[in-house]
Amino acid sequence: MRFSAFKIFKEGLTGNKGWTPHWREPEPKPSYDVIVVGGGGHGLATAYYLAKEFGVTNVAVLEKGWLGSGNIGRNTTIIRSNYMLPENNPFYEMAMKLWENLEQDTNYNSMFSQRGILNLCHSDPQRDAMARRGNAMILSGADAELLNREQVRELCPFLSFDNERFPITGGLLQRRGGTARHDAVAWGYARGADMRGVDIIQNCEVTGFHIENGVCTGVDTTKGPIKANKVGVCVAGSSSRVMAKAGLRLPIESHVLQAFVSEGLKPTIPGVVTFGAGHLYISQSDKGGLVFGGDIDKYNTYAQRGNLPVIEHIAEDMRAMIPALGRVRLLRGWGGVMDMSMDGTPFIDKTHIGGLYFNGGWCYGGFKATPSSGWCYAHLLAKDESHELAKGFRLDRFIGGNMVDEKGQGPQPNLH
Amino acid sequence: MIINHPLLGPRDSSEFYHMGDAVLMDRPDPEAENAAEQFHDYAYLRDNPAGEYRELWYHEQGDRSWLVVTRDTLTHEISSVELAREVARAQGRSK
Ligand SMILES: Cc1cc2nc3c(=O)[nH]c(=O)nc-3n(C[C@H](O)[C@H](O)[C@H](O)COP(=O)(O)OP(=O)(O)OC[C@H]3O[C@@H](n4cnc5c(N)ncnc54)[C@H](O)[C@@H]3O)c2cc1C
Repeated sequence: MRFSAFKIFKEGLTGNKGWTPHWREPEPKPSYDVIVVGGGGHGLATAYYLAKEFGVTNVAVLEKGWLGSGNIGRNTTIIRSNYMLPENNPFYEMAMKLWENLEQDTNYNSMFSQRGILNLCHSDPQRDAMARRGNAMILSGADAELLNREQVRELCPFLSFDNERFPITGGLLQRRGGTARHDAVAWGYARGADMRGVDIIQNCEVTGFHIENGVCTGVDTTKGPIKANKVGVCVAGSSSRVMAKAGLRLPIESHVLQAFVSEGLKPTIPGVVTFGAGHLYISQSDKGGLVFGGDIDKYNTYAQRGNLPVIEHIAEDMRAMIPALGRVRLLRGWGGVMDMSMDGTPFIDKTHIGGLYFNGGWCYGGFKATPSSGWCYAHLLAKDESHELAKGFRLDRFIGGNMVDEKGQGPQPNLH
Repeated sequence: MIINHPLLGPRDSSEFYHMGDAVLMDRPDPEAENAAEQFHDYAYLRDNPAGEYRELWYHEQGDRSWLVVTRDTLTHEISSVELAREVARAQGRSK
């Protein structure tokens, strides 16, 4: 089934009886060429590109819950390619270009909207740092514009420009940044992979790995053992738990990040805006709710819920940045478990075990990377060599001192 | 979360800074043969357990003591709080 305007029109006239399920619900086969563990955004994108770009179709995605139950269905959907380091930004810009064509590519409406992302600055040194970042972005092929105070005012007149402690002095704007409908991204990739023969198996938890003479030959699951030539793990917040079953200790800690939605408002916030004197990012969904979040809770946890101090901090930042939102009511909040890496940068790499691959460490920013993470992981799984743009994401980078520490914080995951 | 400080009683966790796994107290021997490897594991690799976890909290907004807190990372339930100093002394370190 292909989606088109004509199809919607026809279904509208014939009682919407012709829509079919978007993917099959197969039972696992005894063996596959590639098993992808984890049916989040990255796992599904990996399977999609394996089938579509690399011709590997004998693939299963094993998901312990339902599609979208992990962080792919919990994030604040911000998409940007505004990193600074050469290991990072070309990779995120690759994702941006894939986002720009994703709906055509998957024939699925993921509501990708390039409404722009504006990072505010509140002092001269911060503005200098933004100029530097903007230049680095442009060098890696992304777009960036440094705005002065008046240009920021034109875009967002509602900001607190003359806040006594944090006056706004300008901002860095990436017009091509924006948001997407996160669930639809997962569904679009799932449908595209399924159409090309990939088995997506939900409610199937991987409980162990078959490792013989240093080679991984398959997995144990709650639906029985399954053989595979290659196993690609891609389980975000569960990375340490799953890889421990293969005997690996990872440079990762799990932390919770919360997100919030307010009651619906009339159009208020044009794009994504981030506060530069605290930690707050905010956008508005097409339904009208303000979608916002801030920092992680800063202690290790696997509970998908956070605590009140972070909520208080975010509320304070919001009042400082947009005083008019003082009376807006919070509708709901939730949490997701982040795979925080030791330098804030992800991993897409082989492990020391043959046939076992690892993708993780996405911290709070893996949604924007979904397309390029899937593409580069598929490249690695299909060809056994790293994609050019993912070469910095090695699992052993700390041994040689090759960390990719965007913030320069050192091995303290709760600060990245 | 409320942390029951051994000296000051129950305090809100927001008064504390969370440092990470309590193994950070056990710094490897820099003179050891494989010191570089040991320091790599010490600085970069973590067990990151789902369940009972021993971790370091620093009472930044209080008496500035370091605590070893045993907490369940699935439920946030805290089962014990010790002064890091006492833990180190029990290991025969620092007089
Ligand atoms: C509140 C919040 C806000 C965020 N905001 C943004 C943002 O604005 N922009 C951005 O770029 N990123 C954001 N992120 C980060 C982003 O969501 C994640 O980095 C990204 O979704 C992680 O990749 P994933 O989609 O594959 O993860 P997930 O969707 O978590 O997928 C992992 C899957 O693995 C499955 N799994 C785990 N263990 C097993 C097992 N043993 N067997 C089988 N399956 C298993 C899980 O059930 C899960 O479905 C945010 C995250 C959160 C929580």
